[in-house]
Amino acid sequence: MARNISFTVKYWKQNGPKDAGHFEEKQMHNIPDDTSFLEMLDILNEELVNEGKEPFVFDHDCREGICGMCSLYINGTPHGKTERGATTCQLYMRRFNDGDVITVEPWRSAAFPVIKDCMVDRSAFDKIQAAGGYTTIRTGQAQDANAILIPKQDADEAMDCATCIGCGACVAACKNGSAMLFVSSKVSQFALLPQGRVEAAKRAKAMVAKMDELGFGNCTNTRACEAVCPKNESIANIARLNREFLKAKLAD
Amino acid sequence: MATLNSRIPEGPVAEKWTNFKAHQRLVNPKNKLKLDVIVVGTGLAGASAAASLGEMGFNVLNFCIQDSPRRAHSIAAQGGINAAKNYQNDGDSVYRLFYDTVKGGDYRAREANVYRLAEVSNNIIDQCVAQGVPFAREYGGMLANRSFGGAQVSRTFYAKGQTGQQLLLGAYSSLMCQVNKGKVKLYTRYEMEDVVVIDGRARGIIAKNLVTGKLERFSANAVVIATGGYGNTYFLSTNAMGCNCTAAVQAYRKGAYFANPSYVQIHPTCIPVHGDKQSKLTLMSESLRNDGRIWVPKKIEDAKALQEGTKQGWDIPEQDRDYYLERRYPAFGNLVPRDVASRAAKERCDKGFGVNNTGLAVFLDFSESIQRLGIDEIRARYGNLFDMYEEITDVNPGEFVRNENGIDYYKPMMIFPAVHYTMGGIWVDYELQTAIPGLFAIGECNFSDHGANRLGASALMQGLADGYFVLPYTIQNYLADQAIWPRLSTDLPEFAEAEKGVEAEIDRLMGIQGKRSVDSLHKELGHIMWEHVGMGRNKAGLEEGLKLLKELRKEFDTNLFIPGTKEGLNVELDKAIHLRDFILMGELIANDALHREESCGGHFREEHQTEEGEAKRDDENFFYVGCWEYQGNDDNTPVLSKEPLEYEIIKVQTRNYKN
Repeated sequence: MARNISFTVKYWKQNGPKDAGHFEEKQMHNIPDDTSFLEMLDILNEELVNEGKEPFVFDHDCREGICGMCSLYINGTPHGKTERGATTCQLYMRRFNDGDVITVEPWRSAAFPVIKDCMVDRSAFDKIQAAGGYTTIRTGQAQDANAILIPKQDADEAMDCATCIGCGACVAACKNGSAMLFVSSKVSQFALLPQGRVEAAKRAKAMVAKMDELGFGNCTNTRACEAVCPKNESIANIARLNREFLKAKLAD
Repeated sequence: MATLNSRIPEGPVAEKWTNFKAHQRLVNPKNKLKLDVIVVGTGLAGASAAASLGEMGFNVLNFCIQDSPRRAHSIAAQGGINAAKNYQNDGDSVYRLFYDTVKGGDYRAREANVYRLAEVSNNIIDQCVAQGVPFAREYGGMLANRSFGGAQVSRTFYAKGQTGQQLLLGAYSSLMCQVNKGKVKLYTRYEMEDVVVIDGRARGIIAKNLVTGKLERFSANAVVIATGGYGNTYFLSTNAMGCNCTAAVQAYRKGAYFANPSYVQIHPTCIPVHGDKQSKLTLMSESLRNDGRIWVPKKIEDAKALQEGTKQGWDIPEQDRDYYLERRYPAFGNLVPRDVASRAAKERCDKGFGVNNTGLAVFLDFSESIQRLGIDEIRARYGNLFDMYEEITDVNPGEFVRNENGIDYYKPMMIFPAVHYTMGGIWVDYELQTAIPGLFAIGECNFSDHGANRLGASALMQGLADGYFVLPYTIQNYLADQAIWPRLSTDLPEFAEAEKGVEAEIDRLMGIQGKRSVDSLHKELGHIMWEHVGMGRNKAGLEEGLKLLKELRKEFDTNLFIPGTKEGLNVELDKAIHLRDFILMGELIANDALHREESCGGHFREEHQTEEGEAKRDDENFFYVGCWEYQGNDDNTPVLSKEPLEYEIIKVQTRNYKN
């Protein structure tokens, strides 16, 4: 059965990228612990609106852990702490206790400027994807789907890499603000499949170049990204990206 | 009353699409460069259409409300995508997929559209594999399949429980390729607020920049809306929080017809409602019904004990369980279509056999499959769904509890039906064009392919069929003579007037300054809809619902409160605009449900059922598409037109999933 808990939420308010920003606090009373974290923030916002105030702004959409929209830094961890790794929307209040102070901040990274409060601009990820995250094929011209057999193991591994939801927790957790886990997951997915091999070298180079250009930092193997990834992407992908990148450079 | 021309091509059903493509008008490559197309939405339909149109040479302006096209709610589709590949050699064919879809839709879909859908289904799988979509494979390297409701073959392709994600990322990657080439210009965090009609043709849109709050004008030679369904009318649904029907409703206000709004799909396997603070319902994929068995207790005293919490599911021995779907529908068992499974769950719970504290839940049990196949195999199939279920409910459906008489008992999931998908939508002809020339609707937001009920794994199929393989052809038939016109300026009075209209509406909403938050009113709407326009509908209830909706609109118009100003980002204002349109949508659903004096698919009128409680259709009087026309004002009752259905090869009969 659900228990009810009371706690304090310290949430970040910032009116646009240039504003200095500050914390505000709200006392929450008797919240059932089977409430999701975002539902708890809905309750908080409902209270604010009923007091005539503007709500606390954050990104969220599917609320089932797959769209990658939600992006809160909770008590110092992107998406908050869970055993298996989960997105903010899949975090439930049973992970918290009576009397807790819960601090909610935005992703903090030079490449993700704040739009308002905890809503940030992650369009840099789209730009990296546009630089090479695809196979160049024309609609309707593909051969039969079973014409190229793909070992199950390769397909499964590609699927694991493709599970990345592009939320940006990896960047938020990294002291260098590196996007290597994101980029390497995409590069790996394609590199593992025969359909993606054709452009593998070009893709690795283009995506890494774009990432550097957009102000993301370098990878120094601290593994902070892997630890917070809600989809458990592995830094083995980064090693694979480095191999692809090196191969591409050697071929130049 | 306008006559609706479905423009279905001549010839036998199996040859219509080929004939259409052979004789349609095309746009030459030079002229494509002069033509602009607006695509609103970046889900499976929108992203695939924008990518394909860009690749063909058109200039595409693509809009989405999220921060990235990859977030569209297609991403959350779990189970899979159907295609008539017959890779399993189990007797599948284009005809059989076509037949199953028409039958699953309870004989209320347009035959010619469904045949085309089945025909292009195989191209979709080829296309996605070429994009690098990592579908599940067998050890021999071939693509794997599983079964979904309403079919006796395995034709569903899947990528774990994340098929929608993988297909959307495939379409998104093709889209970003075109963005990189400059053929598609992306507008993220923009919302379409109105369609601009000039000389009877759609020539642009008014969109709100959600970050700056400013209204902007965009002109084009054609407008495609791909903005999904209207499930969030019910407040609680499996839709994402941002899903809304504002673009579709605005098109309806401007003269597009809204077809079959009462066809709302209630999905049988969702996590039950847990409290009044809940914001959305989470789907547990239909694929679970491949290996999970649905049951409630046979004895009412066991159900009482479950409701009071003195017994748990695993305490009830095998012989005291009622696997009611297997009992009622032996031929299809747990894999009956969604509408049938949902109603059967409601029937048991209405009789008092619900299994949780609210009495509104049934069990989905994997014990038998785990004992037969082992937990590792079951986790390989559904591991992410089991984890998600546990994260939400704190119960692990793979946890062993006891063995009695050689039977293993595991902790079952609890599930209950929830609003999931809307088969109804904007009326379109065979070419996916609405009643407004130059305005097209694709994916969930049109009405055409699923009749009164959609089969599992067919939404992804339809979205991608429309976007990759249908619209890019049919839109040329419209655009062929449009290249002679110069690009229209957004300074034209029609643009100014449309923008002024949106601005006035925003000022009106901001100016109400009442006491009620948007969410509190939206919850009330959801409650009215679920109670009176939900799974079981009747005349008195629908009339009561319509009365309550009228009162709710009055409350909205006089007592709404939106904090802040219209300048800059204001999420409450954006939600209020959505709610205004959800209320209108609610009335449309109720009116359509009231007029349709029969039960079919997702629309169940309690007055029209067989003695066994099955839906009773009335083909003599209701074998048509119900198309609603806006009457100038939200307060006026819309007027009904009918598009008669014409079946050439399928014999219309009673759906039978029993034998």
